[in-house]
Amino acid sequence: MKIKKKDIEYVANLSRIELSEIEKETFVHQLNDILSYIEKLNRLNTETVKPMSCAIDVTNIFREDIVEPSISLEDTQLNAPAIKGVFFKVPKVIE
Amino acid sequence: MEYEVVVGLETHAELATVTKLFCGCSTKFGIEPNTQVCPVCLGMPGVLPVMNKKAFDYALKAAIALNCKIDEFTNFDRKSYYYPDLPKNYQISQNYYNLGADGYMDIHVNGLVSRIRIHNVHLEEEAGKLIHPEEVGADYSLVDFNRAGVPLLEIVSYPDMRNVDEVESYMQTLKKILLYTEVSDCKMQEGSLRFEASISLRKKGSEKLGNRVEIKNLNSMKSVLRALEYETKRQTDSLGRGETIDRETRLWDEVNEKSARMRSKEEAQDYRYFPEPDLLPVLVDRKWIAEIKETIPELPLAKKQRFMEVFKLSDYDTSLLVEEKVLADLFEDCIKILDRPKVFCNWIANDLLREVNEKKLDIHQLPVRPKQLAALVEMIEKGTISSTIAKEVFSEMILTGNDPQVIVEEKKLTQINDEGFIGAVIAKIISSNPSAIEDYKKGKKNALVFLVGQVMKETKGKANPKMVNELLQKKID
Ligand SMILES: [Zn+2]
Repeated sequence: MKIKKKDIEYVANLSRIELSEIEKETFVHQLNDILSYIEKLNRLNTETVKPMSCAIDVTNIFREDIVEPSISLEDTQLNAPAIKGVFFKVPKVIE
Repeated sequence: MEYEVVVGLETHAELATVTKLFCGCSTKFGIEPNTQVCPVCLGMPGVLPVMNKKAFDYALKAAIALNCKIDEFTNFDRKSYYYPDLPKNYQISQNYYNLGADGYMDIHVNGLVSRIRIHNVHLEEEAGKLIHPEEVGADYSLVDFNRAGVPLLEIVSYPDMRNVDEVESYMQTLKKILLYTEVSDCKMQEGSLRFEASISLRKKGSEKLGNRVEIKNLNSMKSVLRALEYETKRQTDSLGRGETIDRETRLWDEVNEKSARMRSKEEAQDYRYFPEPDLLPVLVDRKWIAEIKETIPELPLAKKQRFMEVFKLSDYDTSLLVEEKVLADLFEDCIKILDRPKVFCNWIANDLLREVNEKKLDIHQLPVRPKQLAALVEMIEKGTISSTIAKEVFSEMILTGNDPQVIVEEKKLTQINDEGFIGAVIAKIISSNPSAIEDYKKGKKNALVFLVGQVMKETKGKANPKMVNELLQKKID
């Protein structure tokens, strides 16, 4: 798989990141380098290997449905770029 | 050209847990905004979600009740998209594995049973709530994250519905199943139960599905049906003009009763699903499934059919009885005390529901016990009170939860069966209504009804009506 400039533009748009032309070029090279490195794995035969999403062999970890204290409104809003009263304030959402 | 309507529904139901899906924050509704949040549900860096066992059990219960196949292995995935109500910029949901798949639900439409297939049932987290300020020209929106992370069940049907009657029955039946299994409170006005519809039209007899249009922003079952009627007409008209239907998402405008294309959806969605690395897979063994099965009560449709068969009740009466599990339970408990199915059915389906509607009572908080309702019926049968008085007693029972015997005694409502007393009242009524007597003698049978009414009025409804009738007739014939 070869990453092209339009792939970089596509994922940048999905991630809401603005990139300069120079950055796009840089990322085309870097991502292609990463992918060709990872491609080494293709040399292995994985036909009988099940897909794995978790590196440790542990399953069924749960918590009980018991209420724990939430944090204070002050702490909640501490990192917020904009607030209005008890709310977080964001640019107008259309629809 | 005749078209066939093809509808599928996506249903979201908030699960009735007291805490969120991945943290211990409360799920209570209507609390001050942003006070039921923590680093986990605010999506702070470095936090780790831990699955709520009850939420998983509830999801499993719903999937089993909807006859889904449960895979032994299940896992969760990240669905990435940017929206201000989604603090992590991804939603933990299920994509590569679903908790339940290939199920079905039977629905009743005009006395016939249709089977609607369920594509899948899966578990995910709720988003927060966006508030749009009412002030004109406001250039901002507000976010409340109290709802973010509340466990949400998504139920996806196959496009198996062919008309609005089926859609309505599907929504009602599904709601009843979720209520009977107690996995969700299904309060549509609080958003705990929401529907999204997809609809396409195809030529009658054709197998090929047309382009489907998704409709969002449907706030009630009524808006689902309205929106589908609108969309059917819009698509029929478009096709009639030789136009093609675009695959798109439309927003329903409840006030103006029309739908409009959703702008943000013009660019194709790419959620880039990948397995959630912060959660561990879940293995569901047979023992677990069997344990959950044990907790599923008899479901409404099965209950309705049993009531019709065993108690010989009508389709209409039984549908009222099974509407709420508490009513069906009350009915069955009464029958265990006194075997009068039809009588109790009438009390519950007619009188009780009327009182509940008139007095705006909460059906889950009614103080009346099966033993009391049975006692009331016995008092009528024994002639202690008339059926008219019984209704008066009942409307007090349903408010206070007092025993009918106590109410009758306190209000001195016992039926008068004393022939001498009734005879005296009749004599009085006859002498003060000579014209009615004359009418009766001329052959107007209605006059008798009038006279009986007068006697009942005079005795405040307490005279034994049968006795009044007989004595009166004897006297004037
Ligand atoms: Zn939380």
